[in-house]
Amino acid sequence: MRTSESPGPVALRHPGAMRILLRCLSYLRPYWQLTVGAYIALVGIDILALISPQFIRWIVDRGIRGRDIRLLSWSVLTLLGLTLLKGILTLLQGRWTEIASQNVAYDLRNAIHQKLSALSFSYHDRTETGQLLSRSVQDVDRVRFLTGRALIRLIDGTVLLLGTAVMLVWMNPRLALLALGTMPLLAYRALAFSRQYRPLSLAIQQQLAVLTTRLEQNLRGARIVKAFVQEDAEIERFDRENDYWFSLAARVAKLRAFNIPLMNLIANIGTVFVIWYGGLLVVRGQLTLGEMVAFSTYLGQLVSPVRRLGMIVTAIVQALASGERVFEILDAESEVKEAPDAIPLPPVRGHVRFEHVSFSYFGRHRVLEDITFEALPGQVIALLGATGSGKSTIINLIPRFYDPTEGRITIDGYDIRHVTLNSLRAQIGIVLQETTLFAATIRENITFGRPDATEEEIIEATRAAQAHDFIMEMPEGYDTRVGERGVTLSGGQKQRIAIARALLKDPRILILDDATSSVDTETERLIQMALTRLMRGRTSFVIAQRLSTVRAADLILVLDKGRIAARGTHKELLHSSGLYAEIYYRQLRPQEDALARATRRVPSRGGES
Amino acid sequence: MSFSIGTPGPQMGPRGALRRFGEETEGKAFDWRIAARLLAYLRPHWQRMSAAFVLMLLASTLTLAAPYLVKVAIDRYIIQGNAAGLTHIALLTAGVFVGTYFTSSGQQYLLSWVGQRVLATLRSQLFRHLQKLSLSYHDTHIVGVTISRVMNDVAVINQLLSQGLITLIGDTLILGGIIIVMLSMSARLALLTFSVLPLMILATSLFARRARVAFSRTRTRIAAVVGDLAEDIGGMRVIQAFAQEGAAHERFDEVNRANRDANIAAISLSFVFLPSVEFLGMLATGIVLWFGGLSVAQGKLTLGVVVAFLAYVTRFFQPIQELSQLYTTMQAAMAGGERVLELLDTKPEVQDQPNAMEMPPIEGRIELRDVSFSYRGDAPVLHDVNLVIHPGQTVALVGPTGAGKTSIANLIARFYDVTDGAVLIDGIDVRDVTQRSLRRQMGLVPQDPLLFSGTVADNIRFSRPDAPDEAVEEAARLANAHEFIMALPDGYATKVLEGGVNLSMGQRQLICIARAVLAKPRILILDEATSSVDTVTEMLIQDALERLLKGRTAVVIAHRLSTVRHADQIYVVQGGRIAERGTHEELLALGGLYRELYERQFVDV
Repeated sequence: MRTSESPGPVALRHPGAMRILLRCLSYLRPYWQLTVGAYIALVGIDILALISPQFIRWIVDRGIRGRDIRLLSWSVLTLLGLTLLKGILTLLQGRWTEIASQNVAYDLRNAIHQKLSALSFSYHDRTETGQLLSRSVQDVDRVRFLTGRALIRLIDGTVLLLGTAVMLVWMNPRLALLALGTMPLLAYRALAFSRQYRPLSLAIQQQLAVLTTRLEQNLRGARIVKAFVQEDAEIERFDRENDYWFSLAARVAKLRAFNIPLMNLIANIGTVFVIWYGGLLVVRGQLTLGEMVAFSTYLGQLVSPVRRLGMIVTAIVQALASGERVFEILDAESEVKEAPDAIPLPPVRGHVRFEHVSFSYFGRHRVLEDITFEALPGQVIALLGATGSGKSTIINLIPRFYDPTEGRITIDGYDIRHVTLNSLRAQIGIVLQETTLFAATIRENITFGRPDATEEEIIEATRAAQAHDFIMEMPEGYDTRVGERGVTLSGGQKQRIAIARALLKDPRILILDDATSSVDTETERLIQMALTRLMRGRTSFVIAQRLSTVRAADLILVLDKGRIAARGTHKELLHSSGLYAEIYYRQLRPQEDALARATRRVPSRGGES
Repeated sequence: MSFSIGTPGPQMGPRGALRRFGEETEGKAFDWRIAARLLAYLRPHWQRMSAAFVLMLLASTLTLAAPYLVKVAIDRYIIQGNAAGLTHIALLTAGVFVGTYFTSSGQQYLLSWVGQRVLATLRSQLFRHLQKLSLSYHDTHIVGVTISRVMNDVAVINQLLSQGLITLIGDTLILGGIIIVMLSMSARLALLTFSVLPLMILATSLFARRARVAFSRTRTRIAAVVGDLAEDIGGMRVIQAFAQEGAAHERFDEVNRANRDANIAAISLSFVFLPSVEFLGMLATGIVLWFGGLSVAQGKLTLGVVVAFLAYVTRFFQPIQELSQLYTTMQAAMAGGERVLELLDTKPEVQDQPNAMEMPPIEGRIELRDVSFSYRGDAPVLHDVNLVIHPGQTVALVGPTGAGKTSIANLIARFYDVTDGAVLIDGIDVRDVTQRSLRRQMGLVPQDPLLFSGTVADNIRFSRPDAPDEAVEEAARLANAHEFIMALPDGYATKVLEGGVNLSMGQRQLICIARAVLAKPRILILDEATSSVDTVTEMLIQDALERLLKGRTAVVIAHRLSTVRHADQIYVVQGGRIAERGTHEELLALGGLYRELYERQFVDV
């Protein structure tokens, strides 16, 4: 799935191209009237195209050679009228096709968006954003082209070819056979070409993605590249990928340059037959000159659609590969699924139980092993442990961002797998360290979980989160836009907005990381105050970094390699757990000492705490 | 409907030209200086380009010859009843088609090859140039915009250089050729046919203007779709956590719909234009048939001429349309070219002096002497900073956000040049030595632990790509990273996913430390390296740093005072000035800003 891993050409499987095609086409169903209308118009266009050369034939034979000026004038006018009609039909056909196929793209993109919202974290963990974007944009576009113009052109070419064959045979079967004899060869070449072209063009797309990724990482890491003087190594790496891209591009250039003109040549051989054999027939009096010119006209108007057939076939084959990639997203099974008979979780008190919970990522890497504990309503559970010991995993299991591999989690006695995701998550507030804000106003970001919140509620929440003051200092207060094309907020400011967002939601269960991003000490103090306020009266799970949290916790879980190594309150653990004691004396205690000293030196300040 | 014999040459049909509309960017008139510099990229390929040009001339001539041969066949052989001559002319026509195949294949291959080669060269050149630019460039340019320069703008330029240029010359030649041939066959009929021309030009230019607006709208709309989608994918965890899938979808639906509507509007415009052009073509054909037919009936013209005219008329309109579209391609390429050249012309703000020497092995004395500094002429961020670090010392910089701590570190590594004063290392002004010889002896552990895609080992090895596995492992051990790496599913070969999401913040930080360890730096810069990790990892990091700092000069930027208490010297930075200086104990005793910061930090709330 990730392109950056495989720079080489990709060997493609061919899993039921027909199935993918039908599935792409099924998206046209809601627009069947437009589609049918477009195809009817197309038939009209092709009929007009098949009739018109007959007028040329009359013009030459009767008008010019028979010197019938009246017939000449009328035929020319009729031709113009037919062209006008054809033009109107083309307009309608084009517009209808476009409306239908643009709607297919629109529906597909909506479906992808909806699917992505439904997929659990493990999907987003292993999928690169760039991949998802290119599938939603380029790949969807190719599918759109397939359901629209590509298919129309394919059918246009086929109908015109068959219709022309009928007309030519009707005028002169033997000449028709000669003139059209090259068409199977043309079709064969078109297919052979597309078969060679497809894997190459796929490989090129992949390689472009690799190049873009290389460039992006280099730019984002400019400081590191410079700090470690790795510019040359970076250039070498980029050049290697760039050269590989060129070798692919050159191969495609060669393939195209020698195949597309070849198809023209094959088509033109038919014209030579008309001049030669048709001319002979005229000389012998078995064919009129007008018929010969008409023959030539028929072939002439076939060339473009038939020559295009090759490219259309390529585009269709490409679109099928794209369709496959798009459907891969749409078919992705969320590892977290809502049970068909899921009930809404009623308002909870916040009694959370983990019962023998184990978890492994992607089915191999065991992260949690037999975790059992209980959080009573309103309790604070502190999670302590080394990086990778499983703290984050535990908190991710509560809102069902992932599902346990074994065991179960209950809230107020409800197995969380038996309730609807929305009702579960609506009662859980989360404040993590890496805060995501959206490109919107501050107000919109704060009311993200509760769009219906009143102004008073918003201000109350931001005051509690120590965010009101800095927001009011912004150029447009709560209506200041943040993120892209907006004001850039510092890490600490973002975090306080996230706290306000969680406060406004007023969840019964709270999940948070009490570490503060790189902020100055004053901000850090404000954030700590806000967090403490947030936890009050809620069942809280805290990835604890601070002594204050640990001491206030009703239960501390000390995690080690995915297991609960020790549990208890601060006092209990000091005696019972060596690991806890080590953490305490090396990390937490120095904070306490410093605090003690600071308060001793400046007693007046101590009153603030 | 049109009469044609054989297929037109290598040019694109009107639909192909239409597609090119989709890539133009808003108005940039033709600029010779830009064009000349872009054309210079073709110079190394002049042999191939000349060959392509000759082949193109041949292909155009052959394309023009086919209808003329038909005229000869009709007038001289078919109407006269000369079967032998007819076979002769048919063979000749076949020969012309085969010739067209070889010439146009060769021409297309050469052109695309050169085009892709130039594209690859330009990209490589841009990438090289980006490596030379100083951090100030990267500070002020959004990554996505630079990527678009290197990937998209370059592709547009290529389109003009390889395809556009030839279209311009080839189409002009063909057009001239057709006009001459038509005029020479029948001046009267030719001039009558040309009367459709003004209408054609009017239609094309009317369309071109509207299409430019419509297609440019489709580009902004799809950009909005991509932007919204990217944001939602990035924030998916928050969206799900707050159960806001519905609201997010509503927003997406809106931009998605706008994109659909803009596309339908733009394409509908083409479907007005294309039939109009076809109708005008038929009008010309009608003129040929009617006036030509009359003349033949009156014996003033041969039938062959009329038939040949019908073929030439088709060929006539194609180059006109293509030339008018080419104008748009050219505008886009000019705009893209200007942006690309601007990037190539950007001078690195920090440059090695022509006589810069290699930095000798660093002992580790760092001195900032009366240093003032401002980013890009903004308000100064450092005023008159004086600071001395002795070899082997660890110096901590503390102070509020925005005080100038990171700027000091940046100046020591010479990511920027001072505005005033000097930075001296072992008594040598950093501006007198080459940047690489200076930085090769420095190690940086950034605040945001940035990892690249690749394996864990690749990331550690980043600072010394030739380091053997043992050295990588040793560095990881020293950085206390070995243990967790071995616990990863594939150990050192574990892939780091985009953004490092499969590693915790602390693990990423440990890898960054291992990376710095491997570089064996003489001077180490730590930018708040322990701000965002859990307690136990912080212990591991502290432990690793103690080892790492031994025997090295180190500058530590920290907000968390507990991490700097062991520093030999602490500088308190405030408002771009050194406010206080001393050891932890001294500064506490001083009772100034440091003590205030210190107290606030540990006040339990």
